[in-house]
Amino acid sequence: MAKVKKGVRLEHISKIYNDPKTGKEFYAVKDTSLVIEPGSFVTLLGPSGCGKTTTLRMIAGFESPDEGEIYLGDEPINELTPNKRDTAMVFQSYALLPHYNVFDNVAYGLKLRKVPKDEIKDRVMKILDLVELTGMEGRMTNQLSGGQQQRVALARALVIEPSVLLFDEPLSNLDAKLRVTMRTEIRRIQQEVGITAIYVTHDQSEAMALSDNIIIMSKGVVAQMGTPQEIYYHPVNEFVADFIGEANFLKGPMTGRDGKFVTLSIEGNPLRVEGHDGMEKGREYTVVLRPEAATLADAGGLPCKVVLSCFMGSYQNYHVMVGDTLVKLEEHNPKNKHIYQVGDTCCLVFDPASVHVL
Amino acid sequence: MARSQGAALDRKKLMADPIMVTTIVVLITFLTLFILYPLAILLVDSFVGDGKFGLSIFKRIFAMPSFTRAITNTLKVGFLVGILSALIGLLFAYVEVYVRMNKFVGGLFKVVSMLPVVSPPFVLSLSMIMLFGKAGIITRFLLHIYDNNVYGFWGIVVVQTLTFFPVCYMMLKGLLKNIDPSLEEAARDMGAGRWKVFADVTLPLMLPGLGNAFLVTFIESIADFANPMLIGGSYDTLATTIYLQITGAYDKAGAAAMAVVLLCITLAMFAVQKYYLEAKTAATLTGKASRGRMLIEDKSVKIPLTIFCSLAAAFVIMMYICVPIGALFPTWGYKFFPLTGKWFNQVFTRYHGFKAFKDSFVLSFISAPITALLSMIISYLVVKRKFKAKGFIEAVSMLAMAVPGTVLGVGYIRGFSGGIFHTGFLQGIYGTGLILVIVFVVRSLPTGTRSGISALRQIDKSIEESAYDMGADSFKVFMTVTLPLIKDSFLSGLVTAFVRSITAISAIILLVTPSYLLITVQINEFAEKGAYSLACAFATILIIITYSAVLLMNLFIKHFGTSKTMKED
Repeated sequence: MAKVKKGVRLEHISKIYNDPKTGKEFYAVKDTSLVIEPGSFVTLLGPSGCGKTTTLRMIAGFESPDEGEIYLGDEPINELTPNKRDTAMVFQSYALLPHYNVFDNVAYGLKLRKVPKDEIKDRVMKILDLVELTGMEGRMTNQLSGGQQQRVALARALVIEPSVLLFDEPLSNLDAKLRVTMRTEIRRIQQEVGITAIYVTHDQSEAMALSDNIIIMSKGVVAQMGTPQEIYYHPVNEFVADFIGEANFLKGPMTGRDGKFVTLSIEGNPLRVEGHDGMEKGREYTVVLRPEAATLADAGGLPCKVVLSCFMGSYQNYHVMVGDTLVKLEEHNPKNKHIYQVGDTCCLVFDPASVHVL
Repeated sequence: MARSQGAALDRKKLMADPIMVTTIVVLITFLTLFILYPLAILLVDSFVGDGKFGLSIFKRIFAMPSFTRAITNTLKVGFLVGILSALIGLLFAYVEVYVRMNKFVGGLFKVVSMLPVVSPPFVLSLSMIMLFGKAGIITRFLLHIYDNNVYGFWGIVVVQTLTFFPVCYMMLKGLLKNIDPSLEEAARDMGAGRWKVFADVTLPLMLPGLGNAFLVTFIESIADFANPMLIGGSYDTLATTIYLQITGAYDKAGAAAMAVVLLCITLAMFAVQKYYLEAKTAATLTGKASRGRMLIEDKSVKIPLTIFCSLAAAFVIMMYICVPIGALFPTWGYKFFPLTGKWFNQVFTRYHGFKAFKDSFVLSFISAPITALLSMIISYLVVKRKFKAKGFIEAVSMLAMAVPGTVLGVGYIRGFSGGIFHTGFLQGIYGTGLILVIVFVVRSLPTGTRSGISALRQIDKSIEESAYDMGADSFKVFMTVTLPLIKDSFLSGLVTAFVRSITAISAIILLVTPSYLLITVQINEFAEKGAYSLACAFATILIIITYSAVLLMNLFIKHFGTSKTMKED
């Protein structure tokens, strides 16, 4: 597709709604600025009610921002209606037209653009081939499985060659296995076409698997934007750390510094970890420890007591108490390793460079 | 918080869609001119009709004993009819949903629910007089009672109850089906008997629904014009009093004030029904029944209930059958054989039957598609779009539901006979077929809108959004997506509008001019004169027309309906 790729830019976007119960106004999205690079796959991730779908619907044009301006490429699009915007959306419920068959569903947007008949046929068939639905064009949509309907929805959005593809939790109606297959498919097709894609989901593994960049939203504001690795290894706050993957938080004041490394006092025990600039002695800091980053040993590290020990197949799941703090651990490949039992006292050890200090 | 930008953008997006804007403007003009304005002019007339502003006209009408009596009469009838209809409706609904019935009884039930839809509203009065009146077949011929008086309070109550209870039956049936059987099974399981389950579980769940059915019937009864006219005798209700005030006493200001009083009563009822009871019904009976219900097979319950309902159903059906038969007897009440076609013959040869059917048919035929399309457009705007005037459009089209035909008729006389605000502007439409078509449209609009709204609510909002997103404008979305998806509702709206129009009388009788002969008006006239055989002949042909229309629609939906392709989902 020979089109110039366009990015999306949000400048200080806000959207205000009325709470249906109390009638009070609140910010569904507040003063959000984003830059989405042309051709990249970006996911808006967050718990329900965080404003991610509202943001997507403002980009599509279904909602109008109360503050700020949205740009598609360099063109401001605030005043354009959805049918005039060069975006195409894949809906959560697929939203296929139930009175059309697969071909007509995909051809709908082209017919509206008055594309010649022969070309419509060509382009629809090509797209159906891309989403691997060749031979299905005569079926009614209710004769398709969920995954197939999803492909039709995707084909319909792709065929009009929009500048930006929008996804509104498109996989949440599929069963777990199909979800995994479809997300690989979506990523493959997006890379093949090279289109800019904005994807809304509350499923973090989906976000990880699909995205060049993840934007984590919470209560209407962007909590963090970055690559999956940045977000996982360097979360900016407890919310992000907890939302992406599992996280343990160890809190304590800083007691000393040598070069890159700092020493914190966790539940009365000194802990040496990699710090960052601007940390001050005496102030309280939180260490983010991923469950797979630590292990148990007889000596060294932080003394702890096992309160749960549970075999999960690929790993041994431990809960240990470090003083009053509960820490969850995953000891991978537990075969032939020493298994600690509930009530054992031992030590929590990890590489000082594998944790992140908030 | 400033929301001005969002609102301004929404407005700009709306303005970018000229067809949509034009539609909204046309709709608002139509609703204002033909629903709000006639009601407003009634208010104006009744406060300033005699030159100065004040309550003098109201004082005058409330000093008339006939008017105050009419108010109490109307309320008494409405109250009793409401209660009886709701109870009989509940009984029928309960038997249908809970008791195992054989096919024959099931068929009876179906006919009963269907009859009031296809027949003109006052057919039962006619058959009541013919069966139980002074020359009634049952009273005079079988029981040899020569002075039975069916006219008056009880006549109206019986006829209205029989006319309106099927509506309650259909409403309550829908609700009963929504009760999850496991609730009742749980109560049974904990040791409650069948009666206890009904009293402690089913009935409390149904209470708001029953209240709703009661009020809907109450409003219908109060607004009913034709039955009290025919069978009321000297027992006048508000609707007939208003009619007589205008056609007999030529007191237009007085009639306007009376219409305002009637309107206030129905509006109050409607407000309670719509905003209080409907919400409550929805709140108590939400989800769908999870699975089938164990039908009652117990003979001690089944037999008496089935027998009672079958007898009642048979009675209602007999009342309706009496009409075509009445048209075939040479002289009703005296000479029954040989059956004759002379009345039908006379309808066409002596009484301009052909013109009457043509006029009624043509006017209804014109108004039906307009009504159906308008109500679908209104439903679409109300359910799927957001814009400032939406609340207005929804409120006014629902308001029309609460306005009795007689009130609307008086409003049109006052509002259009001298032009808008008596200025002469638009005076031309008064007395023409156009104003009759408009009245037909306005009278059927609320039903169509209501069914359109409920049909559209079933459709996932994102289906239309996706079409919009693909590049269709509002008009394209409506034509290629919305309308095809609610084709069934559109078709049935079309036929309902046709049937309602061709059987309408209350507003029309005040507005029709001698240049138009309408069947219902003819039936009313002949029945008033005591020419029951002729009235029956007219009514029979009318029922045949409406019934064929409904049959045609069902056939059409069966073969071309959307439901066939989509229901498997």
